[in-house]
Amino acid sequence: MKGAGKIDPLADLSPGSVCQIVSLELSGLLRRRILDMGIVPGTIIRCIRRGPSGDPTAYLVRETLIALRNEDATQILVKRLSNGEENV
Amino acid sequence: MRPLTPSGSLSDVCGKAESVRNSNLNSLSDQIVADIYGNAELITKQVLSKKKTHQKGLDQRLDDLVTSKWFGYPLMLLMLVIVFWITMEGANFPSRLIASGLFTFQDQLTLWFQWAGTPAWIHGILVLGVYRTLAWVVSVMLPPMAIFFPMFTLLEDSGYLPRIAFNMDHIFKKAKACGKQSLTMCMGFGCNAVGVTSCRIIDSPRERLIAILTNSFVPCNGRFPTLIIVTSIFIGGTFVPYSGFVTAFVISGLILSGIAVTLLVSRVLSVTILKGEPSSLVLELPSYRRPQIGAVIYRSMIDRTIFVLRRAVLAAAPAGAVIWILANTYLGQQSIIVSLAQALNPIGQLIGLDGFILLAFILGLPANEIVLPILLMSYLSTGYLQDLGSLDGLRNVLVNNGWTWLTAINVMLFSLFHWPCATTLLTTYKETGSKKWMFLSFIIPTIIGISVCFILTQVVRSLGLV
Repeated sequence: MKGAGKIDPLADLSPGSVCQIVSLELSGLLRRRILDMGIVPGTIIRCIRRGPSGDPTAYLVRETLIALRNEDATQILVKRLSNGEENV
Repeated sequence: MRPLTPSGSLSDVCGKAESVRNSNLNSLSDQIVADIYGNAELITKQVLSKKKTHQKGLDQRLDDLVTSKWFGYPLMLLMLVIVFWITMEGANFPSRLIASGLFTFQDQLTLWFQWAGTPAWIHGILVLGVYRTLAWVVSVMLPPMAIFFPMFTLLEDSGYLPRIAFNMDHIFKKAKACGKQSLTMCMGFGCNAVGVTSCRIIDSPRERLIAILTNSFVPCNGRFPTLIIVTSIFIGGTFVPYSGFVTAFVISGLILSGIAVTLLVSRVLSVTILKGEPSSLVLELPSYRRPQIGAVIYRSMIDRTIFVLRRAVLAAAPAGAVIWILANTYLGQQSIIVSLAQALNPIGQLIGLDGFILLAFILGLPANEIVLPILLMSYLSTGYLQDLGSLDGLRNVLVNNGWTWLTAINVMLFSLFHWPCATTLLTTYKETGSKKWMFLSFIIPTIIGISVCFILTQVVRSLGLV
């Protein structure tokens, strides 16, 4: 499990990998929306897929698929749990 | 704690207070939300047991297909063409059936009126005006709606629409707008007023306004019949065995150009009156589910088809009476409608239409559904009503009034790009709370429509193609 335990932006995750939210570096309305969706520090998130042109990325949060733009996902810091390729 | 030092001004103090509040509030609110979710998770674990599966579910496999790099976009296009193809092929026969039924009943009505000895003008207003327009609207609109809306509701119910937003978001971001705008556009296919209301799902006020102002670039259900009929007559009809497919392709092409204009206008608005950068997107992609057929039929029939048809009928009935009066009141040598059309004719000709067409679009302001009926009524106001149930009869009426393929294309383009109907304008006013945005939502599509038709017409004419 290469890179496990490192702190990274959520956007850097490749599809299939699993991580745990460390902190949200967002503010305002978006921060509240993200919290509302259940993305809070400690939540386990799995990166599922990227859109056809690579931009919004779909993440699995508590069995719900949520798409985030990469700009927003870079502001969410996570701890990698697995790189996931073996887990896909 | 540090002793307070006097600050420069009140706003400095307020600023400091705000920053202190924010820095604490975030961690506090995070803690609260995390606790709530923690509790919820605990409860869930106690009461729910789940089979753990490691294989890829159907959802994942479907998503692999519909959001894939290679198939994502073509698949959306294919869906579009298929939906319209089924709508057109399916609506053809029932439309004719309803038309012949209703027009036969019109003759019966006329007999009854004659038998009762009612004056000619009452018969004119009620039967030739109100009833005939209503018969038109119902026979032309009901079958395509009864097919299109359930199909659309099926797509909606299955969970495919959020995937469209997911696929399209990148493109909308480039236009500095929100991917959810593609959802409000999908709603616009049904009804632009509903589309405008649905813009509430967009969080950023700037992007919401963009979505509202551009919603009418998606042809609503009231404009489909016009597009479908004109395409079938002038384009599809020339490729006889494949007319359904050709028509579906042409209409899909029109819709694509509407989408292109939407993106362009969104982009232009973003650098002019609605300056700003694209904000965020949090889009939930619910799992696919098997649509409940009963609910789909109920919802699409009662909530949509009947709703839209009712609106069309309410607008068409008085419009039919007004048209009949305009067409049969003579000021000097000619009827009012002919005078009005002649006054509009120079402008109409400039953009490849004619005075009657322009008048029909103007009188169609209450509801786009009645544009074509009004046009036919005014074309026929002097002549005898022929067999309008068949496309050939319609084609004759239009060709006799000087239509060419260029007129047909211009009518379709103008139908796609012109002022939204009165309901949509009122809804825009209600949603934005400002007359300025309502006016912009009126003028932007109008300017685009006039310029597009003008340029096309002048180019085609100067090349001598018509």
